[in-house]
Amino acid sequence: MTPLLELRNVTKIFGGGFLRKAPQTVAVDDVSFTIQPDRPSITTIAGESGSGKTTMARLLLGVAKPTSGQVFYKGKDVAGMGRREQREFRREVQPIFQDPFESYNPFYKIDHVLNSPIGNFMGPTPRSQRREMIEEALQMVGLRPQETLGRFPHQLSGGQRQRVMVARALLLKPRIILADEPVSMVDASLRATILDSLSRLTRELGIAVVYITHDLTTAYQISDNIIIMYKGSVAEAGSVERVIRDPKHPYTRLLIESIPQPDPDRRWGEDDSALRIGEETASATGCKFADRCPMVMENCLDTPPPLYAVDEHRTASCLLYSDTPELQDRDVASVFAYSAPVPTPAATVPT
Amino acid sequence: MADPVTKSPPAHTAEANNEVVLSVEDLKVYYDTPSGPLKAVDGVSFTLTRGERLAIVGESGSGKSTLATALMRMTRSPGRVAGGRVILDGKDLLPLTAEQIRRVRLSEIALVPQGAMNSLNPVMRVEDQIIDGMVDHSETGRAAKPELRPRVHELLRRVGLSTSVSRMFPHELSGGMKQRVAMAIATSLSPKVILADEPTSALDVVVQRQIMQTLGQLQEGLDASTVLVGHDMGLVAQFADTIGVMYAGRLVEIAPARQIFQNPLHPYTRLLIKSLPSLAGKGEFIAIPGLPPTLLDLPQGCSFNPRCPDVFDKCSAVTPQLLEVMQGRSAACHLFEQKGEDN
Ligand SMILES: Nc1ncnc2c1ncn2[C@@H]1O[C@H](COP(=O)(O)OP(=O)(O)OP(=O)(O)O)[C@@H](O)[C@H]1O
Ligand SMILES: Nc1ncnc2c1ncn2[C@@H]1O[C@H](COP(=O)(O)OP(=O)(O)OP(=O)(O)O)[C@@H](O)[C@H]1O
Ligand SMILES: [Mg+2]
Ligand SMILES: [Mg+2]
Repeated sequence: MTPLLELRNVTKIFGGGFLRKAPQTVAVDDVSFTIQPDRPSITTIAGESGSGKTTMARLLLGVAKPTSGQVFYKGKDVAGMGRREQREFRREVQPIFQDPFESYNPFYKIDHVLNSPIGNFMGPTPRSQRREMIEEALQMVGLRPQETLGRFPHQLSGGQRQRVMVARALLLKPRIILADEPVSMVDASLRATILDSLSRLTRELGIAVVYITHDLTTAYQISDNIIIMYKGSVAEAGSVERVIRDPKHPYTRLLIESIPQPDPDRRWGEDDSALRIGEETASATGCKFADRCPMVMENCLDTPPPLYAVDEHRTASCLLYSDTPELQDRDVASVFAYSAPVPTPAATVPT
Repeated sequence: MADPVTKSPPAHTAEANNEVVLSVEDLKVYYDTPSGPLKAVDGVSFTLTRGERLAIVGESGSGKSTLATALMRMTRSPGRVAGGRVILDGKDLLPLTAEQIRRVRLSEIALVPQGAMNSLNPVMRVEDQIIDGMVDHSETGRAAKPELRPRVHELLRRVGLSTSVSRMFPHELSGGMKQRVAMAIATSLSPKVILADEPTSALDVVVQRQIMQTLGQLQEGLDASTVLVGHDMGLVAQFADTIGVMYAGRLVEIAPARQIFQNPLHPYTRLLIKSLPSLAGKGEFIAIPGLPPTLLDLPQGCSFNPRCPDVFDKCSAVTPQLLEVMQGRSAACHLFEQKGEDN
């Protein structure tokens, strides 16, 4: 089946060039990933700050152009889409951006943020109907319409602003939601409520969600699968049960160990040998994690490790697993597990 | 070797010192809105002793940032301090003139604001931003910039950055590095109290751990006290000695961290702890029922009463005060007042 959305061998490089002596950053390094239309599910993308997660989301949204490789929506290259196709794509794939401080125009009231997508994508809609849609979306994220509408962005707290962005995406009932840190400023209980409304959308309306986060505990709770990124490459990917409960890649292990447990008697690990900052000298040729890896071997510095199909529902890019077969065609979604029952086809948004 | 995040024991044991550095008394901060005053901070009191690490947690919109901002005397219109005192080292900050408060900021009390890493000036080199802060707030005023350069390097090293960062622009830094720069600015004049508002949101957990280690080292090195504002109970459990729980503009419980987790008293705290997701098994999401109240129109009596599983008549009539209900533990809840009276 043609995937709904697909990254095929996508690489994104920033900087470099002849005039700028700025060093090149390989933000995304040969990543392949598909979202299937018949398997709406929640996929988390996690990993280091700066590992390319937001860039991946921007590539998936077509707002960043790959340096090499391609992005397809329903089989069509996003780069070569006509205006009508592009419009459909922009309605059906909705972003929730990472930084609520940056995504608002301070001079417009919250109403504008919520009204404009209806106007842009749904054509003329009666006022009362708009109001109803907006109120419903706000309530889904735990905001009271009468306290939110009519305000300017700076009159809301950080968490309230983030929830407005989530409401905005819910409003359009798209096919795919790409949510970049949608709840980083929200407390645990509310986080549960918002994420719950996202997973309800997945189950009931068949909306696929890509959830970018640093919160591995909620990622574990709400998502089916996870991709762990390290310096632009996939370190490990697969079902959350495998990857989070039983990490295989040494970077994933470091990450899981670093989760702060809400228990003063279970202190963060004391081993900080892998915690050096900013001055790592990532190997130019071999594995990017080699310089921090407690299990580094000689041949780790030679060539970049391929993705190994370590087990049925997991792939890892690490030579420790070189006795397992390489992942065919590198699509990390090929090892994903889908627990949720396949729901009825996605409800379409009335136009 | 001691874990740098966890505080070395002597500083925290009771005999170490109970010297109060910061004392907040009945602080009220309101935002004037067309529908009347919004009571974002409504009668908050607590004390902070030297070397103490206090965390303020609470739902989104409960007034945490408003509180932190007011402690710095940085409340902006339509916000205003409607009452109370903020006593830093014996001196009330609220009546100070603009000039006096300017000198206190950074040199005595400093804030790493929410979203600090996004508020660095994008067109200024890191060293110039650090120097500007120092020049603006130091007693002596205009020290020559070149003279301050070695100091900048020292500050950067102190937050775990290499000195080459001083010549860089913010866009050349990762989120974690920018957050460190914000911490270097905040601590450039060795304040006695460091306020950090959600210093690690949007950073990966490995960097979170580094940032909290750095904050801990800074605090210990300066023998300063810290107020950490946040909602990540995991992070708070790893860092704080004392936890204050805010609900709808008020502190509803304050207690040593371990006790908050082991035996939360206030029903809100109890539900909060219960709502924490875990890696132990899937599907254990228990959200607190209902929504936080609107601060414009709080419920009669205890603000939490409409959501409280233990509610009884008195709760919708009388607002409970924050009282010491056990040795070193305070809660604002009628359940415990009664116990106190019975004993
Ligand atoms: N427009 C840009 N120009 C130059 N470099 C960029 C640009 N956008 C991103 N980068 C660089 O690409 C890398 C990946 O950045 P990206 O924002 O995708 O990371 P991230 O995984 O989303 O990080 P975080 O968890 O901090 O949000 C970083 O090194 C970043 O500095
Ligand atoms: N300038 C303003 N005008 C009116 N109301 C405001 C203003 N700034 C904040 N508020 C309101 O005051 C309340 C407290 O906001 P504050 O930013 O202190 O919350 P917070 O606890 O820090 O939340 P978060 O965890 O989401 O950052 C919120 O209800 C918010 O909507
Ligand atoms: Mg990002
Ligand atoms: Mg805040």
